[in-house]
Amino acid sequence: MGHNTAMCVEDKIIAIIAEQAFLEPKDIAPTNTLDELGVDSMGVVECIFAIEEQFDVQVPFNANSPEASQFDVSSIQSIIRAVEKLIEDKKQ
Amino acid sequence: MNRVVITGQGTINALGMDVASTVEAMSNGTCAIGPLEFDNVDRLNIQIGGQIKGYVAQDHFSRSNIGLYDPFTQYAVIASNEAISQSGLHFEGELGTCTGVVLGTAGGGLQTQDQNYRTVYQDGKNRVHPFVVPRLMNNAAASHISIIYGLKGPSFTVASACASSNHAMGQAYNLIRSGMAKVMMTGGSESMLCFGGIKAWEGLRVMSPDGCRPFCATRNGMVQGEGAAVFVFEDFDHAKARGADILAEVIGFAMTSDASDIVMPNKDGAARAIRLALNDTGINPEDVGYINAHGTATAMNDRIECAAIRDALGAAADKVMVSSTKAMHGHLIGGTGGVELLAAIAAVKDGMIAPTINHTQNDPDCDLDVVPNIARQERVKVAISNAFAFGGLNAVIALKAL
Repeated sequence: MGHNTAMCVEDKIIAIIAEQAFLEPKDIAPTNTLDELGVDSMGVVECIFAIEEQFDVQVPFNANSPEASQFDVSSIQSIIRAVEKLIEDKKQ
Repeated sequence: MNRVVITGQGTINALGMDVASTVEAMSNGTCAIGPLEFDNVDRLNIQIGGQIKGYVAQDHFSRSNIGLYDPFTQYAVIASNEAISQSGLHFEGELGTCTGVVLGTAGGGLQTQDQNYRTVYQDGKNRVHPFVVPRLMNNAAASHISIIYGLKGPSFTVASACASSNHAMGQAYNLIRSGMAKVMMTGGSESMLCFGGIKAWEGLRVMSPDGCRPFCATRNGMVQGEGAAVFVFEDFDHAKARGADILAEVIGFAMTSDASDIVMPNKDGAARAIRLALNDTGINPEDVGYINAHGTATAMNDRIECAAIRDALGAAADKVMVSSTKAMHGHLIGGTGGVELLAAIAAVKDGMIAPTINHTQNDPDCDLDVVPNIARQERVKVAISNAFAFGGLNAVIALKAL
């Protein structure tokens, strides 16, 4: 069950990023960075908006200092992990 | 071409209810940014701003006026009353026909829109106040000033986001320069501090949750403010003939477009605007003693603005004092160039160089003299004020003491 939810989160996030990057989900690997996929800073902001809407979570992200935000956008994998944590925190 | 001077100034903003208190607060490095107070502020991620505290509309206007004046109009009228009173001008007879009003605003009557959308969408009412349209329209403030004072010359409103005030003042300058007007009321006004106003800005993720720190390595975004500043621009010969007190002379203006990105700033567009403003009347870069920066405290703006200043001024950039007063009054969006011109006037008129407060750590990408934290007393020949708007629209105005 837990595993399925995790897969689900991953698929949904990849779908969101694929749309921003004008790519097919199959062309996106968890190790990719947003930069590699051609998602610029405004694209990141749109991805985060879509993630918040999709999972009904509040993502702590400031475009001025992405590295200082508590939300790690350095790779697709880090985004997935961060969203999973937000979903987990929300349940508690 | 006619020379243009400033013979009156007025304001209301988070730092003060008039020019004297605002300039004093600037010279003291006062921070007027604090917790926002309005309905549903608890639903915002960003809960700070440069809000005008203790303002009661009824202390300034009648009930029927308030029915027609959105807060952005109220602020503009209050500022213009102060400016006109200082100028000593009266507009009966011919002068009224040669005087107009050009103001800048980005949101116009945004609070009126916010309130009335609540009424129809949230409260489910089917009726709004009959004056919603004349209250929310972006030209309401300019029109009311023209009505109150009988100003029958060229009047309109300029909307170029964060550069609105500077674009407006540039139009006023050129209208007098070219002889189309003798006197112009100009500046800008903004009143976006309401739930919808901040909620929209939050989405961009460029707002700071904890403070405005321009040019500081720890900066993490902009903080909004509100208010207005309005000036009397006057034909120099006209002002001289009547023995007016002249605060400063407007000696240059330029505007450029980046033609690149809808939100990202661009060094070349900004540098070109500064250079062209100086070229407008042949100002040497070495003569520029003070720059009131756009200095929004976003990571991007401050870095690019510093590079643009270096680009435009060359070696003179090492000597010029550059400050962003937004750390004190917040970013007034369409009204910001107005309030910031107060600092430019104080610099050339009194040698009061307003500081960039909240500066704790140098940023190597902002290696100019940013007048950290403490105001200075220094004579400067020329001051310029930068405004670089979303949409890549840049406007720079230059002043000198007479």
